[in-house]
Amino acid sequence: MSVYELTALIFLGALSAGLLGALTGLGGGIIIVPMLSLLFHVDIRYAIGTSLVSVIATSSGAAAAYVKEGYTNVRLGMVLEVATTVGAVTGAVIAGIIAPKVVAIIFGLVLLHSAWQSTRARVDHVADGPPDPWSRRLRLDSAYPTSQGPQSYLVQRVPFGFALMYIAGVLSGLLGIGSGVVKVLAMDRAMHLPFKVSTTTSNFMIGVTAAASAGIYLHRGYIVPGLAFPVMLGVLVGALVGARALPRLNTQKLRLVFSIVVAAMAVELLFNAFTGRV
Amino acid sequence: MPLASGHSAADDRTEHVVGNLLRVGVLIAAAVALIGGVMYLLHAGSTQPDYRTFLGASSPLRSLAHIGRGVAAGEPEAIIQLGIVLLIATPIARVALTLVAFAKRKDRLYVAISAMVLALLAYGLLFS
Repeated sequence: MSVYELTALIFLGALSAGLLGALTGLGGGIIIVPMLSLLFHVDIRYAIGTSLVSVIATSSGAAAAYVKEGYTNVRLGMVLEVATTVGAVTGAVIAGIIAPKVVAIIFGLVLLHSAWQSTRARVDHVADGPPDPWSRRLRLDSAYPTSQGPQSYLVQRVPFGFALMYIAGVLSGLLGIGSGVVKVLAMDRAMHLPFKVSTTTSNFMIGVTAAASAGIYLHRGYIVPGLAFPVMLGVLVGALVGARALPRLNTQKLRLVFSIVVAAMAVELLFNAFTGRV
Repeated sequence: MPLASGHSAADDRTEHVVGNLLRVGVLIAAAVALIGGVMYLLHAGSTQPDYRTFLGASSPLRSLAHIGRGVAAGEPEAIIQLGIVLLIATPIARVALTLVAFAKRKDRLYVAISAMVLALLAYGLLFS
C-alpha cells in the first residue's frame, strides 16, 4: 500500500473513531490503537505513540468548550493531575521495559472492561458522607451552574480518588489512552462529584496526563509523522462533526454499538497477542 | 460568596483565557501538521511505508533541537513533528497559565501544586 492510500484510509478510520468518541462521550483514543494494530498491522508501539497524539487533540479541543461553561473544578483537576502525571511517567517507563505482547494483553483486558463499563448506566451520587478533611484543606469543595442558580457540592474521599487517578495515569502512559473510564470512576464513585463536574474535569485532565508521557514517547521514536498527522487531523474533524450532531442523536443505541465494537477489538487483540502475532 | 463554594469571578476569568488557549493551541498545531502532511504526501506519497516492524522514528525526528533544524531546512516530516510538539505543548501551557493565575491571587499552596505538575510535564518533553 502506498503512502497516499494508507494516509487516506487512516484518516477515515481516525475520523470515525473521533466521531464515535464524541457521540458516545467515551473518547476515541481507545479504538485508535486496536484499529492501527488490527486493520493496518502497525506495530503496537507506533500505535500507542500515535494514539497519545489523538488523545491530546480531542481532550484539548473538547476542554476548550467545556471549561467556559463553569463546570470544570480547576483546583481539583490540578491536585489530581499530580497523581495522573506521576502515573503517566511511570506507565511510559514500564512500557519501555515489558514486552509489547504483554502491553497488548493489558490493552485487551482494559478494552473489555471499558466495553462492559460503557453499557452500564451512571448513578449520580449525592455527597452524603462526612466532609473530607483533605477537601477542606485544599479548598476543593465548589459550586456548578444549574438552571436554579449555583449548586454547591462537597468532594469526598480525596485520598482514595487520588490513588485511583494514579492508576488512571499509569494506564494512560502505558497504553496511550485517555483512561477516561477510570477517571470518571474515581470521580463518580470515589469522590461523589456531580456528573457534569466529573465528566468535564476528567476531560480537562486527560490532555495534561497524555502530554506527560507523549514527550517521553517522542524521544523514544514511538511517534512517527506519517501515522500521526492523518490520525490527529482525522480525530479532530470527527470530534468536531460529532459534537455538532450530538443533540440530534439517540446515544443509547450508539453506546451499545460502541461497546460491541470495542469488545470485538479486545477479543481479536487478545487472540493475536496469545498466538504471537503482536 | 458562601464558604462552601470556592468558585470566584477570578476563576471564571482564568477559565475563559484557558478555554481560548486550548482552542488556539490545537488549531495552530493542526494547521502546522496539515502543512507538513501535504508536503510529505507530495514528496513521498507513492513510496511504500512499513510500520509492521518497529525501528522507531529516525533520530532527527525525536528531539526538539533536531526537529527545529529540520523545520528550518523545510523537511516535511520535521514540520509534522513540530505540529505534534505544539500539540503536546498546549496542555503544558495551560498548566503554566493556571500557575500564573494562582500566583496573581497569592495562592501559595496552588502555585506549589501547579509547579509540581509543570515540572513533571517539562521533564517528559525536555529531558527524558
